[in-house]
Amino acid sequence: MSRIGQIALIFRRDCALLLGGARGRGGASLPLLFFLAVAMLYPFGVGPDARLLARTGAGVIWVAALLAAILPLDRLVEPDVENGFFDQWALRGLSEEAVMLARVVAHWLCFGVPLMLATPIAAGLLAIDGGQLTRLELGLLLGTPGLAAIGVMIAALTAGLRAGAALGGLLLIPLAVPLLIFGAGSLQPGGENGLLLLAAASMVALAIAPFAAGAAIRAARD
Amino acid sequence: MQPCRLVAQAIACRRGDRVLLRGVGFALGPGDALHLAGPNGIGKSSLLRILAGLMRAYAGLVEVAGTLALADEHLPLDGHLPLATALDFWRRIDGAVAGEDLFGLDDLGDVPVRYLSTGQRKRASLACMAASGAGIWLIDEPLNGLDAQWSAVAQVAIEAHRAAGGIAVIASHQPLLLKNLATLALLDLVP
Repeated sequence: MSRIGQIALIFRRDCALLLGGARGRGGASLPLLFFLAVAMLYPFGVGPDARLLARTGAGVIWVAALLAAILPLDRLVEPDVENGFFDQWALRGLSEEAVMLARVVAHWLCFGVPLMLATPIAAGLLAIDGGQLTRLELGLLLGTPGLAAIGVMIAALTAGLRAGAALGGLLLIPLAVPLLIFGAGSLQPGGENGLLLLAAASMVALAIAPFAAGAAIRAARD
Repeated sequence: MQPCRLVAQAIACRRGDRVLLRGVGFALGPGDALHLAGPNGIGKSSLLRILAGLMRAYAGLVEVAGTLALADEHLPLDGHLPLATALDFWRRIDGAVAGEDLFGLDDLGDVPVRYLSTGQRKRASLACMAASGAGIWLIDEPLNGLDAQWSAVAQVAIEAHRAAGGIAVIASHQPLLLKNLATLALLDLVP
């Protein structure tokens, strides 16, 4: 079987595991529910003032997306390291980088896309208007691939560590801050250029993640 | 099967800051089998991982011609999937056709992998390796958890693999009943 075919099979397995969830893997619904729960709770916290909600709501959605990205971290790479999947792929001559790139894409499809689909609901709860919602969705489209890439990278780095789950959350926050700043900044009046910087930050994460994650898997073998 | 060869020259194996083994050397050709013998913790599994190219040797050279398969203590199958589906993932990756059911797994096809017993997991692990079509088998404790009947079956499978021109390197603390089996006593190679 060709290398591309093998990676396609691995990608399909990744999607099935990340979307449906399985024993020990949360699936796509947990981050999504967390994301919507934040949007639902925020008006209870600050009160029903529609103007205040509309002004701050989009930023809250960005924070919720960032925090939701922490939830799937510990099951993203760890089970496959534990069960020897990465060893078996390496024996078949598949590079860790290619496997990780497939995983970043699968993770984005199962995490970023559902988040974008849920955002109109969250926007309704936070009294965000149509123009703002469009800008928000565009920002998420550019930012969530970077968030997914950082997530896979951190999951690979912390796979096999005892406190990996807690550490993963702490590591993600500083790395994801640029995405949050540019994403939320693009929502300000005259902040369109923020989208370009957001795309750039996302691209950097996407370019680095497969290599960093692959190197982490190899380093963990020694 | 392409002609396979596995040569190790003066390999040293280190874990942490301790050198476990030094001066491991052998040369295996088609049909050869090598038993890595020694007590627990001597470095049998680490040596197998070095041969597989998954760990760097502290010193020495490994030369491989042919494809490798490793069956170790990890079972690379998804626990929630039925055994047949989980095995099918690797069969499709390897582009292999469904072969003879050597290890009696057909009856367990719809049992989720996480419900398998120790012996059944071992048989699944060996079946995965056998189905990969690789020329060089690196096997860690092939008989652990297997009863007398399946131990015999496993050894027959290894003999068949050798007869077809394959190589088997077996790390085990148990005696093996294979023909012309070379044994490397690792206790002699502890520095």
